[in-house]
Amino acid sequence: MIKTLAAQIKEFKKDSILTPVYMLLEVIMETIIPLMMASIIDDGVNKGNVKHIYIMGAAMTVIAAIGLFAGVMGGKYGARASAGFARNLRKAMYENIQTFSFSNIDHYSTAGLVTRLTTDVTNLQNAYQMILRMCMRAPASMICAMTMAFFINARLASIYLIAVIILGVLLAIIMLNAHKYFNQVFRRYDDLNAGVQENVSAIRVVKAYVREDYEKNIFAKASTNVYKMFVKAESIITFNAPLMQLTVYSCILIISWLGAKSIVAGNLETGELMSLLTYCMNILMSLMMLSFVFVMITMSMASAERITEVLNEVPDIKNSENPVTEVKDGGIVFEDVEFSYNKNSEETVLKNININIKSGETIGIIGGTGSAKTSLVNLISRLYDVQKGRVLVGGIDVKEYDLETLRNSVSVVLQKNVLFSGTILENLRWGNKDASKEECKEACVLACADEFIERFPQKYDTHIEQGGTNVSGGQKQRLCIARALLKKPKVLILDDSTSAVDTATDAKIKEAFAKSIPGTTKLIIAQRISSVQNADRILVMDDGMINGFGTHEELLKTNEIYRDVYESQTGSSGDFDQNGGE
Amino acid sequence: MNPRPEAAAILTRTEVSKVKDRNVRFQGKKTKDSGKIFKRLMKYILKNYKWHIAIVVICIFISVLANVQGTLFLKTLVDVYILPLIGSDNPDYGNLLAAILKVAAFYGIGVLATYTYNRIMVNVSQGTLKNLRTDMFVHMESLPIKYFDTHAHGDIMSTYTNDIDTLRQMVSQSMPQLLSSVITVVSVFVSMLRLNIPLTFVTLFMVAVMLSVTKKLAGLSGKYFIAQQKDLGMLNGYIEEMMDGQKVVKVFCHEEESIEKFDSLNDKLFESADAANRFANILMPINAQLGNISYVLCTMVGGVLALNTVGGFTLGGLASFLTFNKSFNMPINQVSQQLNSIVMAMAGAARIFNLLDETPETDEGYVSLVNVYEENGTFKETEEYTGKWAWKHVHKADGTVDYKELKGDVVFDDVDFGYNDDKIVLHNIKLYAKPGQKIAFVGSTGAGKTTITNLINRFYDIQDGKIRYDGININKIKKADLRHSLGIVLQDTHLFTNTVMENIRYGKLDATDDEVIAAAKLANAHGFIKHLPNGYDTMLTGDGANLSQGQRQLLAIARAAVANPPVLILDEATSSIDTRTEKIVQDGMDKLMAGRTTFVIAHRLSTVRNSDCIVVLEQGRIIEKGTHEELIECKGKYYQLYTGNVQNS
Repeated sequence: MIKTLAAQIKEFKKDSILTPVYMLLEVIMETIIPLMMASIIDDGVNKGNVKHIYIMGAAMTVIAAIGLFAGVMGGKYGARASAGFARNLRKAMYENIQTFSFSNIDHYSTAGLVTRLTTDVTNLQNAYQMILRMCMRAPASMICAMTMAFFINARLASIYLIAVIILGVLLAIIMLNAHKYFNQVFRRYDDLNAGVQENVSAIRVVKAYVREDYEKNIFAKASTNVYKMFVKAESIITFNAPLMQLTVYSCILIISWLGAKSIVAGNLETGELMSLLTYCMNILMSLMMLSFVFVMITMSMASAERITEVLNEVPDIKNSENPVTEVKDGGIVFEDVEFSYNKNSEETVLKNININIKSGETIGIIGGTGSAKTSLVNLISRLYDVQKGRVLVGGIDVKEYDLETLRNSVSVVLQKNVLFSGTILENLRWGNKDASKEECKEACVLACADEFIERFPQKYDTHIEQGGTNVSGGQKQRLCIARALLKKPKVLILDDSTSAVDTATDAKIKEAFAKSIPGTTKLIIAQRISSVQNADRILVMDDGMINGFGTHEELLKTNEIYRDVYESQTGSSGDFDQNGGE
Repeated sequence: MNPRPEAAAILTRTEVSKVKDRNVRFQGKKTKDSGKIFKRLMKYILKNYKWHIAIVVICIFISVLANVQGTLFLKTLVDVYILPLIGSDNPDYGNLLAAILKVAAFYGIGVLATYTYNRIMVNVSQGTLKNLRTDMFVHMESLPIKYFDTHAHGDIMSTYTNDIDTLRQMVSQSMPQLLSSVITVVSVFVSMLRLNIPLTFVTLFMVAVMLSVTKKLAGLSGKYFIAQQKDLGMLNGYIEEMMDGQKVVKVFCHEEESIEKFDSLNDKLFESADAANRFANILMPINAQLGNISYVLCTMVGGVLALNTVGGFTLGGLASFLTFNKSFNMPINQVSQQLNSIVMAMAGAARIFNLLDETPETDEGYVSLVNVYEENGTFKETEEYTGKWAWKHVHKADGTVDYKELKGDVVFDDVDFGYNDDKIVLHNIKLYAKPGQKIAFVGSTGAGKTTITNLINRFYDIQDGKIRYDGININKIKKADLRHSLGIVLQDTHLFTNTVMENIRYGKLDATDDEVIAAAKLANAHGFIKHLPNGYDTMLTGDGANLSQGQRQLLAIARAAVANPPVLILDEATSSIDTRTEKIVQDGMDKLMAGRTTFVIAHRLSTVRNSDCIVVLEQGRIIEKGTHEELIECKGKYYQLYTGNVQNS
């Protein structure tokens, strides 16, 4: 994991090395100052040497100035190194995600990926900066101060050593204990917030059933619970501050007592005693700092793991070695295709699929939820790879094509489709970035989108909000169809893409397709019989297998499922209104 | 010396992630209001923890004093116990031991005080956060539906998570630190003045330098910090959008363009993050070294003063003073580091208070729903469940009470409605439903079907006209009782993290298991529930993510069935589920509707045809109304919709 992450430091290696170096320099300067102070008192004040006071004073100022310089540089490089590290992490993850196949994407949730790219990276950025600056500074400060203390008086300094060991052990015990509790608390805390989330999204249910008081009670109880756990966890770490104080105070008193005796006995000087006392603070504060750094690092471990997971994910669909860069025609053949989403699972999603679709044909696909309609069409543009058998487009196995060539020729309008923030024109040009405005308009006319776009005040320059929230479901679907048409594909796949478009417009779109792009093979997945009944042939899917394949009339005669669906839709429980129409 | 460790760094779990884009919007304006918000927050804390805070202040005071006396002891140590004894052949340490023990005793008290206030602060900060959370939730539950319509759910959630978290940082860490810093600065300043006035001025001068440098750097850092937040927000927004559309990116081979734009945003964030962190990072070393220079100056000046014993200044005095010099600089350093987190916490507190300040749903209703039994042709009220309900109407004028049986008769009398006063979306709605009748609303999306049903249970209040329920204006009925008498099945099913049993029981909290199962059977849900791994005890999580759309709808129907209300509002699902499941759901709905006044937003032919009255809506107006046969007869919009559909199938 560390290796994967460290590889992303890249051009910020210099900054990452300079930061601790400067921090070290700053620490050294800081440690020298009390020593010189001792000299001012012992050799200057006590001996009445004013000149020595001035010389040492000047020297100390210079030392402080160097310390300042080192500190500033350390801060500067530290900022650059960590901000740069974060940038590289984000970039590497983002680029890797772009190579993901659909099954890689399915492996993560959208929210999961977003968290990894945002919060997790920020966590690591802070942790990295902490490591660069504090991991060097704290131990160095401790060691330097300890060395100096030993240099002044080994006997007295050994007290510090004992104090460090005792305090260190106690701090570790406190932190470990607290860590355990905090892990629990935070889990409960997350549950509590999940409860709030549920209430926010289900507020209509809560209000409709007048369950406000009921929910308030549940929340108050859970909230009090979390409160109690937090208090318990935090009361453990409240020992930190007094413990630290106790150690410092004990050191001061013991050093004062022993130091006083030493001075009187002539083994120590007053100034040295004072600098010893200063080092006491340096040493124990560094220890405290170190324990915090430690906690900080442990806490960012989870983030580090999540990031590494994305960085190490290997896309499972790769371009072929000698890719074919032209798709001859829109003929599609499935040969003994078997497919499952999980390679290792026995459960196959598609079994025994053998289809031969001629270029230019219009094929309707119908079947219940879970009958694998979407899975079937996703194989055509190689969004997933088959387990067994072959899928051929234009007579060539899809695995032999260059992915971009294939996907530009096989245009899919996904079931869960997305528009991006930007103007309508910009969105359309996803299909073809060089498309002229006329071409875009043409595609929109085909998809029956032109009529409503022209009614917008800014027409094709209308801004689409993120997620396309400012257009209706039916409008969004038509824009997505137009976008797919702009690729001028050889195969066009509509995966339930007109479900929110009213029946009349739906029919108009299909009619336009038949007239304007007769050479394009069209595959249309739909819930409504009316959307597919005019297709050349209709494929009836059931539980991952082909249940029937033929014209509307043939299927009505021979296929039970098809007949069932037809009757239910035209009979008493059919659709009444035009869902989502304008 | 002031061993004040940054309390509880273990709590920094969220500190590291608190850099949220939301802060950007508020940063500029809120700094000005920070004072006001701070005051309000203090008031909020003091409301419940007046005495706690008083004890905390006293303890901090004791803790600081113990520290100061220890430092002053250095002077005594050097001047009284060390220097006079130097050279004596047989030094007597008895007095020194006594003095040290005295100091130790004071130190002991100080340590105890430190522990006490830290421990109390845990209760104060966590308690305050608990109170805030609970108050927020309680208040949120009382807010009208409109609030949830107009606020992004992510933003509401973020108040509970991010804002409370930043506040926790502040209340538990920054606040006690601020308090102790102020007390330390004051007491150390007094002690310094007593020791030596010229040196105090040297120290003060350096502090002034430090403060002005801090101000300048904090300003710069703040500027870049805002830029960083803005860039981070932009990048996060882009990431969210692209991750959501990642499959579309793949389908359109748009990877390179996607990376290109990402790179430019990412680089921009790098620049501003670098700058923001740089200025934040160098603040600490600069102040630390300026502190050292202050220390050096004092050593020099003090050394010369002590050498000449100007104004009785001794070596011991210098020793004490130098320690004070450090204790004086440290809190200033610490506070300046806390500034950013305080500003952020204030922005968070502002959002929390905004939520608490939202106007709750009002309820002036006084007609209530009670259980009754019939006696000699009149209704008598009872506490017990009788299966018979009546509206209890207390007349304000003369205090008389009358009871009107709950039947489910609903009348819309010339109703106008708009989400805002200036934009009316429903016009002149007139309709009536006799008990047991089924009213179907049809029309295209946006025609106002859902809006009408939301008026009956007063999710929204109407602008003009009247809605009467059993002859009573619904504004006079207590909202809770009104809603109790209505059952609702929404199009989007929401389930809670709990067992299937409890989710159904949500409709009637005191329903027995048998009642729940009976309701599930009525709703056609029993069949699939039986096949769940733990049957009715199966836990549902993530809004019922482990169930199919159809199954979720069945549970929602069962939930309405267990409530057994006289009036139902149904929003039929559109064709998001396949035909077979739809039949089962439809069947369940039909069974539920039998014998109840039902308002249904209809999508199915059978529902529409079997309705007693069909209301055709267009752009917020009723354009046609009647039975199926009547409407077909008049060959209007309904005829078009109906035949248009048949033609196409």
